[in-house]
Amino acid sequence: MSEREKILGRIREALRLSAPRPGEHGDHAGHDHMPARKLSAPADLRRWLPSVGDTFEQRVAAFAAQSTDLRTEFHLLDSRDAALAKLKEVAQANGWTRIASHRTELTDAACAALALPTLVTDGGYAAPDLERCDAGLTACDALIAQTGSVLITTRSAGGRGLSVLPPHHVVLARREQLLPDLPAAFAFLREKYGANYPSFMSVITGPSRTGDIERILVLGAHGPKKLTVLCY
Amino acid sequence: MKTFVSQFLDAAKKITRDLRHRGLIQTALGKYEVQRDRRKAAFQDYQAARQAAAEAKYEAINHLDEHLESLVSKLEARGTKVHWASTGEQARDIILGIVREKKARSIIKSKAMTAEEIHLNDALEKSGFEVVESDLGEYIVQLRKEAPYHIVFPAMHLTRGEISDLFQKELGSAPTDNPEELTMIARRALRQKYVTADIGITGGNFAVAETGMISITENEGNARLTGALPKTLITLLGIEKVIPRLEDLALFLPLLATAGAGQAITCYNSMYGGPRQPGECDGPEEYHVVLLDHGRTQLLADPEQRDALHCIRCGACLNVCPIYRNVGGHTYGTTYSGPIGSVITPHLRGLQDWKHLSSASSLCGACTEACPVKIDLHHHLLQNRRNAAAEKGWWLERLAYKIFSFVVTRPALYRIAKKVGFMFQPLHRFVKGTALDPARAWTATRDVPQLAPQSFKEYWKRRRKK
Repeated sequence: MSEREKILGRIREALRLSAPRPGEHGDHAGHDHMPARKLSAPADLRRWLPSVGDTFEQRVAAFAAQSTDLRTEFHLLDSRDAALAKLKEVAQANGWTRIASHRTELTDAACAALALPTLVTDGGYAAPDLERCDAGLTACDALIAQTGSVLITTRSAGGRGLSVLPPHHVVLARREQLLPDLPAAFAFLREKYGANYPSFMSVITGPSRTGDIERILVLGAHGPKKLTVLCY
Repeated sequence: MKTFVSQFLDAAKKITRDLRHRGLIQTALGKYEVQRDRRKAAFQDYQAARQAAAEAKYEAINHLDEHLESLVSKLEARGTKVHWASTGEQARDIILGIVREKKARSIIKSKAMTAEEIHLNDALEKSGFEVVESDLGEYIVQLRKEAPYHIVFPAMHLTRGEISDLFQKELGSAPTDNPEELTMIARRALRQKYVTADIGITGGNFAVAETGMISITENEGNARLTGALPKTLITLLGIEKVIPRLEDLALFLPLLATAGAGQAITCYNSMYGGPRQPGECDGPEEYHVVLLDHGRTQLLADPEQRDALHCIRCGACLNVCPIYRNVGGHTYGTTYSGPIGSVITPHLRGLQDWKHLSSASSLCGACTEACPVKIDLHHHLLQNRRNAAAEKGWWLERLAYKIFSFVVTRPALYRIAKKVGFMFQPLHRFVKGTALDPARAWTATRDVPQLAPQSFKEYWKRRRKK
């Protein structure tokens, strides 16, 4: 018998006795039937998690408030040109000399606007080369207003390393990508990728951080020290 | 040889008098409490969210076989190699086998309590492999050759000065008392390791049964680097980590962050569904998931305490526990400390050896109230005491209770006993807490309640006569 069969066998043996449901301790231990399944729907979740407004303005306000809290630099811009102009400003202010990005119509336009030496991750890259870049420029799947998060996958953001190895991560997003909350983000993932999920998906919330030394917040523990979100 | 209980008592006696330690813990956990309360208040209904999380975990654990089979088939369908380990030794052998086959030179590890549980680093090092912890707190305790002090905050017991001294000694860095500089010293040292490591090892916070994904929660980005750069990635996962659906993460991620660290959500919550897929530009060529039982099915077989497997390892019960806050994490001598550790360790490592942890509790219930998945922790501590006594009681204790019940069920005898007790109680103060006192374990550090000169019954009788 394989270990798999042994472990599954022990589990099935153990589950012949049913356990009291959460909140019903004391009375029901040891019944020999399994109660009906009961799981919450995303609609219920919305009533319990931190609230986000229904309008676009309220979502932007929520995203902006979370960003301030998390020290994400968030800019809402009027047009794509304005976003690219802001990107140039950020590049100059931070003295970038070399960046990394991936190929999408939007990021191509951004790289062209910056006109800096650019490492493109599509098709593979050497980690030390990516490590030497001043910034990683990516698109994303969505922004999440409730938590001020950026939702990325290997497919939308140029792989696993591009958004974490360089010291500054810059995200380009369109206004319609701003989702209200976490339930919406997971529903979005299912709809977009349900048939074939990417091998890596991540909810990024603020620049990398640690509180491991005396619980004092330090940014840039292992990942980016800065996170900039440009939304137009 | 010292027993586990005498080690616990010696360590506890020492550390409860250490004011420096006390100050550090109060500061760290004080900051945590403020943040946690702020985040809890942001929920529209935190209690309903807790209940829903408890129910999702209940479903996962009470249909664990089905969920594991779904998880494994989904993982395997996309090229992940899944291994099953009943014991810690089997898990170590599986991982050593992979590491040897890959002829690995260096291994980078992100935080995994399962690895602490099976002493994985020791096994790898003894076999000649270099393994580096990448979580800052874990890296610090690894350099000190210590176990983590806390599930979530491994280096909570150290000051920046101590960490600076450690880095000077081990890494040759310049002294500094600036936490940011200290973090950057570790960042630079570990970046070198990342670029050269050929194997990455992680733990997992949740395993989504329906879609076959391992979800890892972190703040630093070290788990992301571990999952992105090395050619081979290994995840060591306890079998109880499953959750039914992908959407359940919308609940668990904010709940874990709120209860665990007082954050709305942690910095990175990543879902790993396999090795690098066709068309992807990076990620490991091979992904191994090692499913670890190591006593979990034994806990599963106890319906009364089965909900202890709902634990998401947030550490909230440690943070609020008056015992943990006094004796600290290392005193327990276990991988999992605090209330959850006291509940599950007897199941994982033997009731008689570890029953004392369930007695090191005030049964105040703060842990149960803090638990985001509603584990009935303080009742489980009581059940462990009951089970330990039923399995192997102490003859003197049994005798004492026999005499007690004999006396109290006989009113005349009880009246006499009270009178005698009242007369002789003043003599007790001469032996209180000394070797002559049969109750010294209790009386050495406590006042003894005075027997009343008059019982309630006598009082009532006299009152009615008037």
